[in-house]
Amino acid sequence: MQALDRPNRNWGEVVVEALVRATGYSAIVFVALILLFLLREGVPAFGEVPLAGLLATRWYPTESYFGLLPLIGGTLLVTLGATLLAVPLGLGTAIFIAEIAPRWAREVLKPLVEVLAGLPSVVLGFMGILVLAPALRVDLNLPTGLTALAGSLLLAIMAIPTLVSVAEDALDAVPRSYRDAALALGATRWQTIWRVTLPAARNGVLTAVMLGVGRAAGETMTVMMVTGNAARLPTGLGALLLPVRTLTATIAAEMGEVANGSTHYHVLFVIGLVLFVLSLIFNLAAGAIVFQQRRRAERLLS
Amino acid sequence: MGGLARSWRCQGRFLRLAGLAAGLALALGACGAPSAATPAAPQQSIKDIGSDTIVNLALAWAQAYGASRLDVNVSVTGGGSGTGLAALINGTADLANASRAITPEEIAKAKANGITPVQHVVARDAIAVLVNPDNPVTQLTLPQLSALYTGQLTNWRQVGGQDRPVVLLSRESNSGTHVYFLANVVRLGNAKSKLLFSPDTLLLPSSEGISAEVRQNPNAIGYDGLGYVTPDMRTVAVAAADGKPYVLPSIGTVNDKSYPVARDLYIYSNGAPTGAIKAYLDWIQGPDGQKIVAQLGFVPVNN
Repeated sequence: MQALDRPNRNWGEVVVEALVRATGYSAIVFVALILLFLLREGVPAFGEVPLAGLLATRWYPTESYFGLLPLIGGTLLVTLGATLLAVPLGLGTAIFIAEIAPRWAREVLKPLVEVLAGLPSVVLGFMGILVLAPALRVDLNLPTGLTALAGSLLLAIMAIPTLVSVAEDALDAVPRSYRDAALALGATRWQTIWRVTLPAARNGVLTAVMLGVGRAAGETMTVMMVTGNAARLPTGLGALLLPVRTLTATIAAEMGEVANGSTHYHVLFVIGLVLFVLSLIFNLAAGAIVFQQRRRAERLLS
Repeated sequence: MGGLARSWRCQGRFLRLAGLAAGLALALGACGAPSAATPAAPQQSIKDIGSDTIVNLALAWAQAYGASRLDVNVSVTGGGSGTGLAALINGTADLANASRAITPEEIAKAKANGITPVQHVVARDAIAVLVNPDNPVTQLTLPQLSALYTGQLTNWRQVGGQDRPVVLLSRESNSGTHVYFLANVVRLGNAKSKLLFSPDTLLLPSSEGISAEVRQNPNAIGYDGLGYVTPDMRTVAVAAADGKPYVLPSIGTVNDKSYPVARDLYIYSNGAPTGAIKAYLDWIQGPDGQKIVAQLGFVPVNN
């Protein structure tokens, strides 16, 4: 009935609602279109290269060696290294800013950390080539400083601002009463942070880690400049001190010169598909963890 | 992601293009037309795409030619030999620069598109083998280089140097320089050889990546076009085989064919060139164009 009373306002609402719905669905449509495009360009590769060829350990596309394992291993290794470095550092920074730092320090630190997020990856890459790689080579006595570790270090620097910013927001959103209650029960400050605030902000913190890790896994430029791009299959954490070649760097380095429609071209799109699947697995895993914890929390509360 | 990657590789090029634009603006200004400097005749534009090895040379040619011929505008883009030839095959470029000869597959693809690539040798290039100035190794034979780059020799001691691990540097596997080095050094010119670069070879996306690493790392060995060698790296003298003389790359040693790692650089046109394109190619192969070749550290061709 109200629709008849105020037709103007309702008409506007219909439009806005349609727009909001369209933007919401557009995200799904874009992802679907990207997947469709990757499949269309990548699937022919499975006919041209046997599966055993794709799962081999030698990547030398101009001589028809299309083994993807070293590249997948390279991406996983560099991302794992970056995560191991970024999560404790970033989380520590977020906890310090949200829980411990005095007000003035917080107001200086947070914008500073966010400025770090604006650093172009090429700049970091050049710093990596000119400063970090030589330093790593001399200090760790390596044959070359262009290693997975150099990539992990720079990626950690790139992931930390995102991680800190999102995690700090999540910690900040935990109601003051939780902390007050914990402290009133005689918990120390550390116990309050570790047992109350952090678990209460778990979902947001996990999102922060996912966004940070996602940035690390998808980063291309820095990694291409400092990891040496040698397609050698990493066989453990010791490989952090050796050069690696990542999926993203391979696409970036080779897509420019590949003949359109060749096997190599199709395989590069398979690499895109692999990245797509990897990020899907990351996200599903994070979603599953959040879901499980929510269920546990509900059980505890009921 | 890809955009960033390309922009890093293209940065120098864009700067030079900007310089070229500024140069053209100056040239136009120098003509003394105080009002709008619109050329009376319609400008003929030539699109020239291809090899990163040649891109500086192609820009210098375009700039010098554009300064004398205001009715012709040559636009130059890099991206690699494969990119240039693909553009020629797709009909989006008039000329393709290549640091390697066109492949039979590319010719077949061009024919399918109704395009006939015609090869013009426009310069020669020596590939210099580079090491850190602190590395005492000053000379290597081609078989030694092949053994190093296939990973059979892994310590500098094995070729008369210090007890240090060898760090192999190369351009990416689809650059023309890499393809040439694979065929003529790693495989020693043997077309039947299946030898490959060692999987431990660091594939760096730019000449700058190679020179930065060679400059600071005494373990490193790399290679690049003679035009890219700076004084803070050591160029290694190369012998074609054991017992042959060791030769340093230079214009003289490339032209008398004593330096063993040298190649021709090409421009490909669609069909026999005519009109403005023919005039441009003739100019490049003539004395003015070849003078620029020598100025940029490449080796002129004597046609």
